Order: sequence, then structure tokens, then C-alpha cells
Amino acid sequence: MTVTLTQWLMDDRPTSRRQAVLGNLYRGTRAIIANPAALTGLVIIAVLILVAIFAPLLAHGISPFDQDLSKRLAPPSPEHWLGSDELGRDIYARTLYGARVTLTIVFLVSIIVAPIGLAVGTLAGYLGGWVDRILMRITDVFLAFPRLVLALAFAAALGPGIENAVIAISLTAWPPYARIARAETITIAKSDFIQVVVLQGASTLRILFRHIVPLCMSSVIVRLTLDMAGIILTAAGLGFLGLGAQPPTPEWGAMVSAGREVILDQWWVATIPGIAIFVVSLGFNLLGDGLRDVFDPKAER
Amino acid sequence: MSDKLLTVENLNVTYPGRAGVTHALKNASFELGRERLGIVGESGSGKSTMGRAILGLIPKPGIVTADRLDFSGKSLLTNTDRDWQKLRGRRISMIMQDPKYSLNPVRKIGDQIAETCRLHLGSTRKDAEQRSLAMLEAVQIRNPDAVYNQYPHQLSGGMGQRVMIAMMLVAEPDLLIADEPTSALDVTVQNEVLRILDRLVADRGMGLIFISHNLTVVSSFCDRVLIMYGGRILEQCAAKDLGEARHPYTQALIAATPSLDHPKAELATMVRDPAWLL
Amino acid sequence: MAPMIDIEDLHVTFSNGGRSVHAVQGVSFSVEEGESFGIVGESGSGKSTVLKAVSGLIPSESRSLTVNGRPAAERRSKADRRLMQFVFQDPYASLHPRQTVDEALREPLSIHGLDRKDERIEQALAEVGLLPEHRFRYPHQLSGGQRQRVAIARALILRPPVLLLDEPTSALDVSVQAEILNLISRLRQANKLTIILVSHDLGVVAHLCNRIAIMQFGKIVEVVNTADLSAGRVTQDYTRRLIEASRGFVREPS
Repeated sequence: MTVTLTQWLMDDRPTSRRQAVLGNLYRGTRAIIANPAALTGLVIIAVLILVAIFAPLLAHGISPFDQDLSKRLAPPSPEHWLGSDELGRDIYARTLYGARVTLTIVFLVSIIVAPIGLAVGTLAGYLGGWVDRILMRITDVFLAFPRLVLALAFAAALGPGIENAVIAISLTAWPPYARIARAETITIAKSDFIQVVVLQGASTLRILFRHIVPLCMSSVIVRLTLDMAGIILTAAGLGFLGLGAQPPTPEWGAMVSAGREVILDQWWVATIPGIAIFVVSLGFNLLGDGLRDVFDPKAER
Repeated sequence: MSDKLLTVENLNVTYPGRAGVTHALKNASFELGRERLGIVGESGSGKSTMGRAILGLIPKPGIVTADRLDFSGKSLLTNTDRDWQKLRGRRISMIMQDPKYSLNPVRKIGDQIAETCRLHLGSTRKDAEQRSLAMLEAVQIRNPDAVYNQYPHQLSGGMGQRVMIAMMLVAEPDLLIADEPTSALDVTVQNEVLRILDRLVADRGMGLIFISHNLTVVSSFCDRVLIMYGGRILEQCAAKDLGEARHPYTQALIAATPSLDHPKAELATMVRDPAWLL
Repeated sequence: MAPMIDIEDLHVTFSNGGRSVHAVQGVSFSVEEGESFGIVGESGSGKSTVLKAVSGLIPSESRSLTVNGRPAAERRSKADRRLMQFVFQDPYASLHPRQTVDEALREPLSIHGLDRKDERIEQALAEVGLLPEHRFRYPHQLSGGQRQRVAIARALILRPPVLLLDEPTSALDVSVQAEILNLISRLRQANKLTIILVSHDLGVVAHLCNRIAIMQFGKIVEVVNTADLSAGRVTQDYTRRLIEASRGFVREPS
């Protein structure tokens, strides 16, 4: 009997660990694809990643840094598809390369924020008592500051630059994750399957990282995806204020800022990177919504 | 039984699904007089579906079909939503397993019972209150006045279930469907609640459908028993004759029940025969 | 020989928002090696609390609590944990939703650093009547009975001398319950297990246990042999009421 790949993946009786894991992934992927909003989001982000990788190719070798002051603020033309900016740089190329900057920010923020939030939240939730109180008060302190203002302060203190912008955003972004992880941990820690591992003699760290964290992951990922739009906007905001990526880095926020002065006469300078920010934020938001539907335990039969 | 309260002929409940149609109930037929009818089965047997189908509570996309589904001479199959509203709670009532989920947590017990009176009997406020208090007394709540003004979370499980019975019987229905009414209760409390239910049903000449997974309770409480499995009624018999049941499933169910009085070294396990589902 | 489990004057107090509840009030009993001891009671009798205190899952106070002749410390070592394992009531809640059967069984082995993991897992599955094809399934791909078998396999994979069972079959259908009860009694004989079983169902406890403690309001009412219980040779009114109630409904003559 021949078994198709789909049947093998959808089999309710997996015969190996590989099949079980892949089957689970496949079911999840199918659920995302079946959700039109999530699929749109996924496509947008896939395009963003492809653009970032193939930026030199897509830009036909035009450098985002080459200045041509004779062609300052040129309107869209066969030579400059989306026009040029105040230094005569090609906006099309700069927007493409800007995807790299955005992705870098998104990636760095995720790998900083999620682990900090998870660690603080699960520790506080699982250990309870004074550990919980101290960790949560610290979280509250960070939560109490307006995000952009705190990021501004950090960026100003650390000096402008993309790395510092990432650190600044991350420092302001982790508290909600700690809160989510803590709330979930408190529920999970009471469940029988955690008591079982306690009785097996597992150490606290083992319980936290092997048994509790994996269960908090889905809501953290959903929240992270939904927050991504905000993170991109904050990064753009810092760039706009000159505290993010420094010239000549093609960062979308900084590009909008540069085009601001000429927005009425040379609209394309600010509009094109603005559209890019909008589309990518939308993409992350749609994907986040879709992931929430897919991960929602209530939707599981 | 001369007085036929409910006639069910070839009742089917189906759910369309991706992998074809699922039969939650298949060709179920039985009659009910003013008696205590037990429906026994394991999970997935369709016993709860039966109760809901009779009350018209099968959620979409479920489809209910039957050759006959008559309640006191009138077909329930053609009922509109308005007809159901008049019937449910007034002439047919249902008690669920857990009173916690059936009572409104933010309203006083008494108000909830009184509302049933006003809704179905058109009682005045004063009359409704009196009836409710009388009903609370009938379910042997010692201080009905106090309980009247309490909220559901202040009651124990046994008390909650008595309140539910009071609420369901206050409109004096002809048919009461009780879905696992005592399964959440301790054994000693369970028998008290059953005693109350028993007396009220007998005094008022109601019909009772008692749905349960517990063979011991059903066989000792009911007059007649339906055994269900996989959406089918496998067998009907008088409760006292359950020990001599003919169907192998019923026999296996009895043999699988551990008993204080008949200790066995090993419990008989069930070999499920696909022919039972034909 | 010293008993496998010996408890003297066990007390458990929960504090619940300033109000403290004395859930277990001076319970004493001992269980010999290889014996199977039952605790019966209604909800709120403290029967599960006793079991959790014995396992060390909740803090308790007692004059003495020894397991295998050694006092059970408040903070239990890994070696202490290996002495007894626990099977919970709800097979739906006792398995990690994101772990396959294989992972669930592997975890205790890696915690205790045991070798031949695959071999042990295969053997544990076979012991509880599960097939190799069940090994890589997630809990949601298993029935309630199969899940409880996994829970039992997981409890026994460390070969503990003591098995604590908290209402192991009350979430299951009667026919599945029979299979699980038979399984437990077979494993008990094969592995010479000492068992403490907690249940509200007299039939279940009488089926598995030699001696039964009847609990009410946090105290042991009496301890009787199963044969005496079946024959009604009991001394306390409450026990008599429980026995009577478990036989089913008795209609009063009208």
C-alpha cells in the first residue's frame, strides 16, 4: 500500500518521533494556510524576507548609498523607479535595503525580549512568594514608563545607532511578556502533569524550561508577532527622531523623516518608505491574529 | 401504562462532518408513560443526545429526524422556537449534572425560582414567592427563607442540586429529564436527592427520564431501563430484571462493575462486537 | 520487619486567604510491604490530602512519617522520590499536552540518569498493554483509558516499590475502569508493589485492597479488612451508611 506524504503527516498514529513532530507542524501550517488573514500576513513577511535576501538583485545593482546631487529629489522615472531623495539616492533601492534593517531589528528584538520575558515571568509564576513580588515590581516599573519615551531616554543615553535602538526597544518591550508568562505559569504549575514531574524528582529549572516554557511559548509568539508592528513603528519613530539607524543606513523611519520637509512637493520621498512600514506592520498583525486563532486551545476539538 | 406521555419512533440525530455523517443517535424507539425510565450507557453512547433531542436542544449543524416524536399526543418535530419556549420549563424540564453551571451565579436562588413561576405560570410576584418557598420546602431544604436569599456559590453540591430540582419542578411539568443529576454528588447525599426526586415525581404523577452511567443507581431507582451503546438502544427491560439482561453488552457492563457484595479476583472486560452497531 | 509506610498523627492545614482549614486531623496508619491499602471517603473527607502528604506534594506535620523504614524528609531527595510514584485521577490533566508518550516516559529516566532508555520505554508500554504504535502519539490522539495506561507506565518505569493512586478510574467508563483495575492488580502482583488507593467508590477499593480505612471530616473513622467490610462486620454507623448507599437506591415503603 502506498501512503502519500499528506497521509503520512496527517496520520493519527505516528510511528516515530519525527513523524509525530512533523505531523504536528504540518497540521499547524495547514491551519494557518486555511486562515485567509494569517496567510496574507505570512505571504507579506515571506516577501519581506525574500526582499531582504535578494535586495542587490532586485535593485539591479543600484547601490542605496550612491549619491547623485544633480538628480536630487527626482520624481519616479525609468532611471529611478520610485524617484530619488534629497541626496539623489535611489529610493527604490533604499527601500529594498531597508527591509534588511527592519528584519535585523525585528530579529534582534525577538531574541532579546522573548527569553527575558519568559525567564522573568515563569520564575515569578512558579516560585511565587518574595521572588514573585520582587520580579513583578521590577516589571511594573518598566511597564509604568511610556514606551517611546523610555526608548528615547535609553537611546539618548547610549547614543544613537541601530544596536542601541534595539536595546532600547527591547528594554521597554519585555514587561508584557513577563506578565503573560507569569499568568500562564501560575495556571500550568497547578496542573497534574507538572505535579507528576515534581514527584519524579525533577529540578526546578528542568520543570520550568522543559515543561512550563514550551506551553507559554505559543502565547508569547502570538504576542510577539502582534507586537512586531509596534516594534517596527517604534524603531521607525526612533529613526525619525534621529536616534535610530544613522545615515547613510537606509532605515525606513529615517527615510520618512528625511522626506518630511518636502512631503508636499516631492511626496514620494516620504511616502514610499511609509508604505513599506505600513505593509510590513499589517503583515505581522495579520499573522499574529491568525496564530492566535491557530494556537487557541478553545478552537481545538 | 395507558397514559402515553412520549412516543419516540426511529429517532435519528446526525452530524455532517468532513469524514461523512456521524450518527449520534440511530433509529431509537421507545415509549414513556408516567413512569421512571432509566437510560444507561457509557460515554459516547448517545444517552445525553437523547435527552437533548427530546427537548429540541440539538445544536447546529446536528440534524434530528424521526418517524414519530410525540409528546402527549402532539408532534415535537414541527415545533417552532415559540412552541419550544412554551414547552421547555413548563411542560418538559431538564436537570443537568452540575448545578454550578445551570444556576445564574449573580442572582439570588429565590429570584431564579420565582422567575420560572412568573414566566410559565403567570404568577404574581407574591404568588411566585410563595410557590418558590413551598418548593424549596418540598425538596427538604430546612430553612427555605434563608436559602431563598442566598446565591448559588453559598450552596453545597447536594443543596445546589435540590435547588435545581425545585426550580425545574415548580412549574409542575409533565416530563422531567434528569441528565446525570446525582453523579457529581457523594453517595450518601446522592441517595437523599434521589429520595426527594422520587417522592416528587410520584406525588405529581410525572414522567421521568433518568440518564446515567451508573447501572447500580439506575437499576435501583427506575422502573424500566434502556441500555444504549454507540447511539443505539440495544435493549429495554424492567429495572428489576436487569440482572437477567439478554444483550451481551448489558451483561458485560454488569460483569465489569466492581461490587462490594460480589467480590471477584478479576473483573470481566468487554469484547466489543461490531455487530452491536448494526 | 518494619512496615513500608508508617504514619503517626498526620496533620495537614491549608491556609486559604487568612482562613485556615484543618483538612487532615491526626491520621495514623501503616502499610506493610506488598500490601494494598485503601482509603474511602466522600468529598472533603481529606482522603486525597492524606495521599498527597504521603507523597510529599503538600507540606504536613506528623509525629512520624516513615517510608521503607526511613523518615520522609520535608524536602525529598531524588532517591526519596524514586520510592513512590503517583497516579492522578484525571488522565486528561496528568499528561503534558505537548509531549508524546515517548517523551513522557523518557523524562523520569533522564531525571534519574538511567540507561537503556528505549528498551525500558518499550517494556513499560508492553507492561500496561499499549502497543509500540502508541509510543509517538500525543495525548489528544489517545483515549481516556489509554492515557491512564500511559500514566501508570510512567509511574512504574522507575520501578518504585510504592504506588499511590488517587481515584485512578473515576474519570473512566465502567468497561474501561475494569480494564485499568485488572491492570493495576496484575502489575501489583508482578512487581510486588505496595499500594495506597484512594477512592469514593467502595466497590473499587474493595476490589483492589486488603485493608480499608474509612475517612470522614479529616479523620479515620475505622480501618477494616475487606472481607469484614463485605460481610458488614463494621463498628461505625458512618461506615454502615456508606455501604448501604453504595448498594444503590432504596425506596421507602409508601
